[in-house]
Amino acid sequence: MILDVNDLSMRFDTKTVFQDINFHLEKGSMTALLGPNGTGKTTLIKILMGMLTPTDGSYNFSSDVKLGYVPQFRNIDSEYPLSIRAFIGLNAPLFKTKKVKDQIDHQLIETHLDSIKDTRMGEASGGQKQRAYLAQALLDSPNMIILDEATASLDPAAKEELMGLIKHLNQEHKITVLFVTHDIPLAKKYMTDYLYLNKGSIRQGKMSEFKEDFE
Amino acid sequence: MFQYEFMRYAFLASTFIAITCGVVGVYVVARSYAFLAHTLSEIGFAGAAFAVFIGIAPLWGMLLFTLLGSIGVGELSLHSDQKESSISAISALFIGLGVLFLAISGSNSRYATNILFGSIIGVDKQGVIQLVVLSVIVLLMILLVQRNLNFDSFDHIGAIAHGVHTGLVGIVFLISLAMSVAIGAQIVGSLLVFILLTLPSSTARYIGRTIPAMIAWSVFFALIGVWAGLYLGFITNWPVTFFIATIEVVIYLVAYGLHVVKHR
Repeated sequence: MILDVNDLSMRFDTKTVFQDINFHLEKGSMTALLGPNGTGKTTLIKILMGMLTPTDGSYNFSSDVKLGYVPQFRNIDSEYPLSIRAFIGLNAPLFKTKKVKDQIDHQLIETHLDSIKDTRMGEASGGQKQRAYLAQALLDSPNMIILDEATASLDPAAKEELMGLIKHLNQEHKITVLFVTHDIPLAKKYMTDYLYLNKGSIRQGKMSEFKEDFE
Repeated sequence: MFQYEFMRYAFLASTFIAITCGVVGVYVVARSYAFLAHTLSEIGFAGAAFAVFIGIAPLWGMLLFTLLGSIGVGELSLHSDQKESSISAISALFIGLGVLFLAISGSNSRYATNILFGSIIGVDKQGVIQLVVLSVIVLLMILLVQRNLNFDSFDHIGAIAHGVHTGLVGIVFLISLAMSVAIGAQIVGSLLVFILLTLPSSTARYIGRTIPAMIAWSVFFALIGVWAGLYLGFITNWPVTFFIATIEVVIYLVAYGLHVVKHR
């Protein structure tokens, strides 16, 4: 087990986001966190990342876990000046030794960005940007990665490429994946397990047995 | 012209000021703090006038006011929903205060002109040492937090996701910015210090694709501006500030024009 969540509750003032939810994730699993918009998926992720404190309950990652996190939104406009390579390198030490440079180059190859590494992030496509966000998170050499709506704004081809990449990371590098989405067909195609968060409670199961009951 | 001591001092002070403003400017633009930098320079004007009023060197009054102002205005601009209007209100208040301090200190209009538009030619040896020391302090402060400052300024959300203490980085940067405004104002004046803090770095954004490259270009353009400005000011006897402003604007417009043409 890589993550164990016990009786977790979250309230903002008077609004209860979720109440006493329980679930656990296995090492090496690929889990989709599903649920309608506004149901608290991002809130749950932020709690797991330590960016929000839950009202009640607890969660435990196994002691050897190294988390990578790709948030939902970024402030990258069309005038954004840094190259893809420099953007990824923001998550590296200031003085880049040969070893660090090699790691950055390795992630560029891993995420199929090597040929466009000097392109400015502002000029990169949506799919290229998402892969750069992923590469930046991979620089920490995580063994578990959380992606929040990474495919939400992508065209079908870019979606497939990103998902293929995530599948590769899971199969070849044994990275546990928690993938937040409301795209059920995509989740069915690539993910093995699901967590379904709706109306303050959570359900867990095999993706193949998931019953669609929300839009 | 280097046979004159005052020109040697002016060049030395300007060189350090240009380097500091060039470096800090990269982050001013990346964090969209241009308006804040402008407000701080107006607060600095009030500080300089206050210093004249109580009889100390304008630099120290400026430092005091910009340091206090940077924390106050910074908080306001980051957390208030009405940030533009609240910053405008603060600017207005401080310009008013500056005018008041100048009037009641009974100083002549020449003093006001120096504070507003700069008086690099008037820097003495002690002034140079002060400016150089302050510049080095600012650069060291930036270097100390640079890894996280880079991350936070160029990818705020990513920095938070990777556990960077963005609040702490923000405060260190505001202090560096406040000090840069105070020292930059010694050469181009408080009214135009935001030129050195925004234009060279805005130009650098069109050219550099990494942060070190942007810093190098930004410092380069700032140096070109102040060196050429001092030289042209020396041979024409026109205000140095005028030349610096014009040179930086021309360089910026050329870079912007090339950028637009390239992306047609």
